[in-house]
Amino acid sequence: MTAFWILAPIMVLAALGILFVRKAVHAALLLAVVMISLAILYLALEAPFLFVVQIIVYTGAILMLFLFVLMLVGVDASDSVVETIRGQRVLATVFGLILGLVLVIGISQVTFGAAVGLDDANEGGNIPQLANLLFSKYVFAFETTSALLITAAIGAMVLAHRERLTPKESQAGAAARRMREYAETGRHPGPLPAPGVFARHNSVDTPALLPDGTVAQDSISRVLAARGTVRSAPALSGDIDEIKRQLGQAPEQSPEVAGRSDAAASTEEGDQ
Amino acid sequence: MSTEPYIILSAILFTIGCVGVLVRRNAIVVFMCVELMLNASNLALVTFAKANGNLDGQIAAFFVMVVAAAEVVVGLAIIMTIFRTRRSASVDDASLLKY
Repeated sequence: MTAFWILAPIMVLAALGILFVRKAVHAALLLAVVMISLAILYLALEAPFLFVVQIIVYTGAILMLFLFVLMLVGVDASDSVVETIRGQRVLATVFGLILGLVLVIGISQVTFGAAVGLDDANEGGNIPQLANLLFSKYVFAFETTSALLITAAIGAMVLAHRERLTPKESQAGAAARRMREYAETGRHPGPLPAPGVFARHNSVDTPALLPDGTVAQDSISRVLAARGTVRSAPALSGDIDEIKRQLGQAPEQSPEVAGRSDAAASTEEGDQ
Repeated sequence: MSTEPYIILSAILFTIGCVGVLVRRNAIVVFMCVELMLNASNLALVTFAKANGNLDGQIAAFFVMVVAAAEVVVGLAIIMTIFRTRRSASVDDASLLKY
């Protein structure tokens, strides 16, 4: 019972959290807490097989499926706060409280007596005894499960399948399309210029510079431009002068110029 | 060992799941609340198995898990199809049959 009294408040709190959290991902994680706690309670209730199945099937498979669908649908697809039916939330809460009260009061009216315990039923192991039942008394239900599972698999495939409406573009077709666009609109047929050609900033958020010193607009990812995280090239060229000033060097003594004259001198020495 | 606290916990979890289905608007969260209700009923079944001293309750819980797995697969596929056509996962937006 120790496990129960530790886990029961956690489960109730996590379940209540599902009602109140805004984001669906948080609800999924809280559901994971409930499910894992439930698995431990199964262990306390002498159901080791269900403990493993709960962890593998529920927490492992079903909840991961939920998370995958959340990823596909969009993590920020959170609930709207607007109530579409007036008074629905309040009424739902009131009826929920009534249901909970009726259930709890009804259960506390019943005396269950002392639990018989599963020591006799689990003799020889829980899993062999479950298998005995499953393949004798419940064999028809077990066989029907196969039909259910294959229906679910086919249903998911049919529902999630998307028909391709246009033929897939081949490599030769793409090349022909690019050349046709070049002929018609003058669009450059080659790849876009690569971002980040500065000596100190070669990350994708730094735009490439054209020979005349202006920024090549095509070299910046549209996503970064929309987020506004692109560095501006003139701002970056400004801090080079700043560093030179800190080093106390005159611009003509800057390393690249000095190195070039050294190199020129060494080649002259080599010539001699 | 008394089994009553387990049944009461199961009832509480079932109620919370029930309210969640009614209150939440995101279809995926509604689905999670349905799962919570199924889990709560599973807890009651396993508890009754222990109280009665036979394994039929555990078998029933096992079948509930199988059905829940199949149901989640089809349900999430339906939610994804609705999202693909209507760009929304809210249960209020799928109201085409209303008008």
